[in-house]
Amino acid sequence: MNKSGLEIQQNSTTLSLDFFGDFTLYQISKYEVAIEGASYNKYGFIEINLKHVTLLDTAAALYLHSFVHKLDNKHISHTIITDKKETLDTINLTKRYHGEVLKKKKEKKSCIHKLGSYAYKHILSYLAFISFLGKLFSTKLYTIKNISQIRFKEIFFEINESGIKAIPIIALTSFLIGLVVAFQSAHQLKLYGANIFIVDMLGLSILRELAPVITAIVIAGRSGSAFTAQIGAMKITQELDAMRTMGFDPYMFLVLPRIIALMITMPILIFLADIMGILGGMIVANTNLGISTDMFLSRFLEVIHIQNFYVGIFKGPFFAFLIASIGIYRGLIVKDDTQSIGFNTTKSVVESIFAVIVCDALFSIAFTNLGI
Amino acid sequence: MQTIIKVRNIKTVFGKNIVHNGLNLDIHKGNIYGLLGPSGCGKTTLLREMVLLQKYDAGFIDILGYNFSNITEKQSQHLRREWGVLFQSGALFSSLSVAQNIALGLVEYSDLSRKMIDEIVAFKINLVGLKPRDADLFPSQISGGMKKKAALARALALDPKLLFLDEPTSGLDPISAREFDSLILKLRDLLGLTIVMVSHDLRSIYDTLDRIAVIDNKQIIYEGSLDKIRDENSEFIQTFFKANT
Repeated sequence: MNKSGLEIQQNSTTLSLDFFGDFTLYQISKYEVAIEGASYNKYGFIEINLKHVTLLDTAAALYLHSFVHKLDNKHISHTIITDKKETLDTINLTKRYHGEVLKKKKEKKSCIHKLGSYAYKHILSYLAFISFLGKLFSTKLYTIKNISQIRFKEIFFEINESGIKAIPIIALTSFLIGLVVAFQSAHQLKLYGANIFIVDMLGLSILRELAPVITAIVIAGRSGSAFTAQIGAMKITQELDAMRTMGFDPYMFLVLPRIIALMITMPILIFLADIMGILGGMIVANTNLGISTDMFLSRFLEVIHIQNFYVGIFKGPFFAFLIASIGIYRGLIVKDDTQSIGFNTTKSVVESIFAVIVCDALFSIAFTNLGI
Repeated sequence: MQTIIKVRNIKTVFGKNIVHNGLNLDIHKGNIYGLLGPSGCGKTTLLREMVLLQKYDAGFIDILGYNFSNITEKQSQHLRREWGVLFQSGALFSSLSVAQNIALGLVEYSDLSRKMIDEIVAFKINLVGLKPRDADLFPSQISGGMKKKAALARALALDPKLLFLDEPTSGLDPISAREFDSLILKLRDLLGLTIVMVSHDLRSIYDTLDRIAVIDNKQIIYEGSLDKIRDENSEFIQTFFKANT
């Protein structure tokens, strides 16, 4: 790299700026400070000497252009000295293509305007979700009529992807939850000498609530987000459009198989979570409370009615439907840029977990009132 | 004439598939240099190797005096500011507006004031033939041709000496394609750029290129000016240049 710099010479009326070496965008701000520091306003004539400049880039030429413009406004006369053709060409180029900088107009919106547009957007997105559900049900009805059209291959593929491959993580999570819940309550129960009631507590809480909800949360994080990202990416790369033009309905090929697969796998995964959760609790009961496995199991059979198990399993397909439909819907509304995938994936996970918990609360109220 | 890019005995292998087997090229300063060849012959791969996106397996590439075989990270960072790359589909950052895309390099690498950066951006936008009001649009809101122009403006943001273009006219309508060609010629003349481009567009090959290299069967089958290319006895060259005239 050539040495570059700026020499400023002053006499009574003239300020001469002698640039040498490379004059590029990396030097501009340094020179700018030096020139401002020389208080050029006082002089009647400014000489800009570019004779020793080895390379002038367009950014530097633009800077000179705006500097000269500033001098013109202040009625300071000036001259640019150069004998290089390239330097002159660059200066002329910037003169010719000097674009105007458009000031961004910032619209000021009132609070009510913002609230209104926010609410309107939300209502629109709910309506869009309802229309998605409508399309989904019409496709479902169609497949019930034409049972041979169901994409069994895709369904089994999805069962493998979002069910079988999720077994280790769900088994581990629910095992740990069972362990932790039992561990926390063991101490309290011991205080009252109510050791054996750990069986009632674990049985009810895990079978009815914990196993289904934990499974749903893990699946929402694992499969719901995957659905959104997959379908969103397919939308950006126009694969969905390609499918439509070839006569393959995306609802038939992508949406329904995923929803059906998840609705099949979810109860099975909840069953697995039940087993692992109880196993975790049983280990703590054995080591901390001295309840043997035999005692635990016989008490379990005595106090936990089978309907508690059915309640937990029954929730599975509903949770699965919520997770899959929200994940897929979010994938389908991805817009044409990469940001949108991230945004919708986040939304899909948050919304599906929220929906699962709301749904669970509704079930709780309903089951309690029904006396189940 | 100064040689800016030297490619020597480049060999590239993907798994069992040999893509290049001993490529040699010299690209001189101020030239518009074209890479041509049938699909899958490794033009884009060669271009990616030239911009340090991909490693080759043997031989060496030398750009502006830096040998890629023993280049340090610091040198390659320096080199990356000396060139601009235009990808086939533009590859604008979709979370940034056109103006922000162009300004990104200036904001990150220089200490210029906001006002100065805005002025440079406005100049580049004007230079590539976009309108000032396009500056605040996002990549998803503009057409393919505008995307290419915006990406070109981004590639030019730091005043590079070297420009790599991957199929600059593909996907453009004939009028925009010709405009793009004349824009590239104009930029070469005005800014003294050296341009390397991959292209399949025969009009743009004849209108813009100074020299051309044709890659086929893992090797360069022709290198030189366009005048004599039709005399070359190669199936690809014969079909390509005959079929298109």
